Amino acid sequence: MAKVATREAYGKALAQYGADERIIVLDADLSKSTKTDTFRQVYPERHFNMGIAEGNLMCVAAGLASTGKVVFASTFAIFASERACEQIRNSICYPKLNVKVAATHAGLTVGEDGASHQCVEDLGVMRSLPNMVVLSPCDEIETNRAIKAAIEHDGPVYIRLGRLAVEAVHDPDNFEFEIGKGIEVREGNDVTLVATGLMVQESLAAAKILEENGINARVIDMHTIKPVDKDILVKAAKETGFVVTVEEHNIVGGLGSAVCEALSENYPCRVLRIGVEDKFGKSGTPAALLEKYGLNAEAIAKKTMEAMKKK
Amino acid sequence: MDKQKALELKKTATRIRKHIIEQVFSAKSGHPGGSLSCTDILTVLYFDEMRVNPKDPRWADRDRFVLSKGHCAPALYATIALKGFLPEEDLKTFRKIDSYLEGHPSMSYVPGVDMSTGSLGQGISTAVGMALAGKIDNKDYRVYSILGDGELQEGQVWEAAMAAAHYKLDNLTAFVDYNGLQIDGNITDVMNPEPIADKFKAFGWNVIVVEDGHDHAEIKAAIEKAKTVKGQPTMCVCHCIKGKGVSFMENDYSWHGTAPNQEQRDKAIAELDEYLAGLEA
Repeated sequence: MAKVATREAYGKALAQYGADERIIVLDADLSKSTKTDTFRQVYPERHFNMGIAEGNLMCVAAGLASTGKVVFASTFAIFASERACEQIRNSICYPKLNVKVAATHAGLTVGEDGASHQCVEDLGVMRSLPNMVVLSPCDEIETNRAIKAAIEHDGPVYIRLGRLAVEAVHDPDNFEFEIGKGIEVREGNDVTLVATGLMVQESLAAAKILEENGINARVIDMHTIKPVDKDILVKAAKETGFVVTVEEHNIVGGLGSAVCEALSENYPCRVLRIGVEDKFGKSGTPAALLEKYGLNAEAIAKKTMEAMKKK
Repeated sequence: MDKQKALELKKTATRIRKHIIEQVFSAKSGHPGGSLSCTDILTVLYFDEMRVNPKDPRWADRDRFVLSKGHCAPALYATIALKGFLPEEDLKTFRKIDSYLEGHPSMSYVPGVDMSTGSLGQGISTAVGMALAGKIDNKDYRVYSILGDGELQEGQVWEAAMAAAHYKLDNLTAFVDYNGLQIDGNITDVMNPEPIADKFKAFGWNVIVVEDGHDHAEIKAAIEKAKTVKGQPTMCVCHCIKGKGVSFMENDYSWHGTAPNQEQRDKAIAELDEYLAGLEA
């Protein structure tokens, strides 16, 4: 099956669900990159370019939403979640308006643009805002359903999307998505890899390496960072005794933190956080970056095995 | 404007000013200077212009108002209380624990508040969004917003200004409460936003200079003129006096965010009562 970037899936999903006339899409001069141009081709009268002005973008979205619109506001993750963070907080989350911040080009796999454009803090920043739901889908079908769920959810949603084309994890013909319900994508009882976004694919590949080394790893696709699925985590902690979180994000504040919070309060268990180790990114190809930052399948498997030896 | 209407508006504005003083006094905090400054614009909007229904605050076809200078909440709360959106006696709970009258307006808690504001520069952008929605839906409602002159230092104001002109939002009329003062002093000393009218003109707005931002007839005339303009948003640059109506607060930036003590409150109320008695005589 051809690889598809989650941003591509987002653009297609907007076009697919766009018949709902409440939907308005705003972009900040990146519509060819965020793929909102896919929606614009079908519904040009409901797509508005707000120019390179992300603070205004978020507040215009809030004003539109206050009249009953369902507004998708798109730009790169770095500008959405960090440049416009306070606008999202005060004008969207505080009044609980129906704005969906769909942020593309998240993580290191932006690639050659380098550190200034590689957002590895968005999950932590967005997760700390009251009223915000935070989604981080891993493949085409999951992105499609995440967008559908975001439309149906009454209130703010942050959706983290990637630039890099990725393999399908889920079977489009047999897939159920619910906000706040993680998905077990591989059975196993020796260790649990809890991954999000394109780290789900890497974690599944890491699980194969672990299997070759006699370790049977469970893999969970944690597509919702907030509210995080406590039940699936507690079950994994009880049944496997060791949880490894894997994210293309700083180990501070994101999935790793959310999992630690949930487990420490509900079923304390040892956790290893794999992610960007409180550093900025670098220019390079996505594959070279994942290798350099220890986020490819080989590195995930190696770090997991080393940690299990210490257990 | 006929004499009866002019008199009624003056009385209403004075009642709003009294409520501003009482709220800030009762809360022992808040922003009297700017609230008194923008009172007359609010008075004309809510009592001689805007299509709103206090019995149906979320009416889809209503005119909208966004207080971009959200710290002047006491003026907005007093205005919408007198309009009938909320009980006047609730005003004394302003800024208190368990009150719905937050220090800065919240649309989630207060009927008649169309947008939560407080972080400067954001309100005008949300007003742009509302006006854009009106265009998308082919509705005839209008959107109004008041900005502070110090607020113009926020870069986002100019992002919003660009967008409003770009999308030809002639259903948007905004006001600059141009009193020349901000918390730290004169706007021209803190960070000069001049020339204000020329800047908005350069950004593609229709600009009307209101020489006396406390003259209800002049404010009303500016609003009427704005409604005739096609393809451009209108900015009414209103020359105002910070602290207007209370002698010792006028043109003194130290009253930007300071509450009066008992003696000062009594003096302010006495002045306003005297003015009101003159109007009612």
